[in-house]
Amino acid sequence: MKIIGIITILLSGSIMIYSTLDFPEWGDPLSPANTHLSVYYIENSMPDTSVPNIVTAILADYRSYDTMFETTVIFAAGLACFLLLRNFRKKKKEYSLYRHIPTGVTLKIKNSADLADDTKLFQRIDSTWVPFDLVTRTASGLIVPFIQIFALYVIAHGHHSPGGGFQGGVIFGAAFILFAISYSLRESLKIISEKTAVILSCVGVMIYAGTGLLCLLFGSNFLNYGSLAQILFTDPVSARSLAILFVEIGVGLAVAGVMIWLYYNISSSGKYNQGL
Amino acid sequence: MDNYLFFIVSKFNYWGVMILIMIGIYAIISKQNLIKKIIGMNIFQTAIILFYISIGSKKNASIPILHHLNEHTQKINPDDFVNPLPHVLMLTAIVVSVATLGVALSLAIKIYQQFGTLEENIINNKIAADNNRQSVIDRL
Repeated sequence: MKIIGIITILLSGSIMIYSTLDFPEWGDPLSPANTHLSVYYIENSMPDTSVPNIVTAILADYRSYDTMFETTVIFAAGLACFLLLRNFRKKKKEYSLYRHIPTGVTLKIKNSADLADDTKLFQRIDSTWVPFDLVTRTASGLIVPFIQIFALYVIAHGHHSPGGGFQGGVIFGAAFILFAISYSLRESLKIISEKTAVILSCVGVMIYAGTGLLCLLFGSNFLNYGSLAQILFTDPVSARSLAILFVEIGVGLAVAGVMIWLYYNISSSGKYNQGL
Repeated sequence: MDNYLFFIVSKFNYWGVMILIMIGIYAIISKQNLIKKIIGMNIFQTAIILFYISIGSKKNASIPILHHLNEHTQKINPDDFVNPLPHVLMLTAIVVSVATLGVALSLAIKIYQQFGTLEENIINNKIAADNNRQSVIDRL
């Protein structure tokens, strides 16, 4: 099997490398990919949308239909993970473990269905619980707020600098995942519960589609932001710039929510207990 | 000699991409471990992203971000900015790769819960044994 694989791949790879003889040179400004459509984007994105970052202008305006379904794809991926992994059936628990925080003694309580999960003195833990490292906790606690502010900056400045909804959303989700790794899944579920993460991602997709529907209401095509000038009190070009910001915020919310949702499901394989 | 050097310099980015694609397909075809297959799939996707980005590059061009201040006086020369379209396409491709990675990992978790292993040949043997037992029961 391995030899057959190697032979097949060497054959197809040599064909591919042979085909590069006809390819344009690297960095050739006159290559076919660089001459037709992209020239229009570079020359006209500023007069059309007044967004200096051409990539953002194309992503959220010229190709916004594509990006809307891209956001839907991420949401569908989160949904698929949820449906595959989430443990809906609640196993009847025989006992629960509670850790007395001041002394560090763990109590095993049978038939504890009527006890609260957490009080000031007692903390609900799992059998795989390990004491967390002070250094990791403190360091991540120092870093996480700055990462989150940077994520908001990346979303808000997607017009003027490299960035946008996808990148900012991923950074925001990564900051929260860092928190969840350095603390534990139970701690992070107290801050952003599963429901909140799902609602965040749904709201993100709905902001995007809602902007498109609003354009439809004001008498232009779906996701043609120019008609939003009537409610934003600006000229159509600036209205496009502002609508791109709305759309990027929607994308950022959706991506951040789905990242957190995916992490919850995959790290605890759908049980939502201690996690990693 | 100079001719060959020019040829290598102008095409080596494609060769790097092709080698990465070959590594990715090799991992997908002949590795038995499902996680290694997923890693191969990711290497493949990364190679495609690299391919698109290297197509969009131009010599002596800057990033595709204009200046806001002198937007009316500025005459934009398309050769000064790299092609933004492959960047947009690959931004969405990265998102798709994250989505496929998530779904693939959760499928791997489910398979591990079902069979207790991630090795493909052992899983196939277990499925075949199950089918045999089922057919014996049916015959009885």
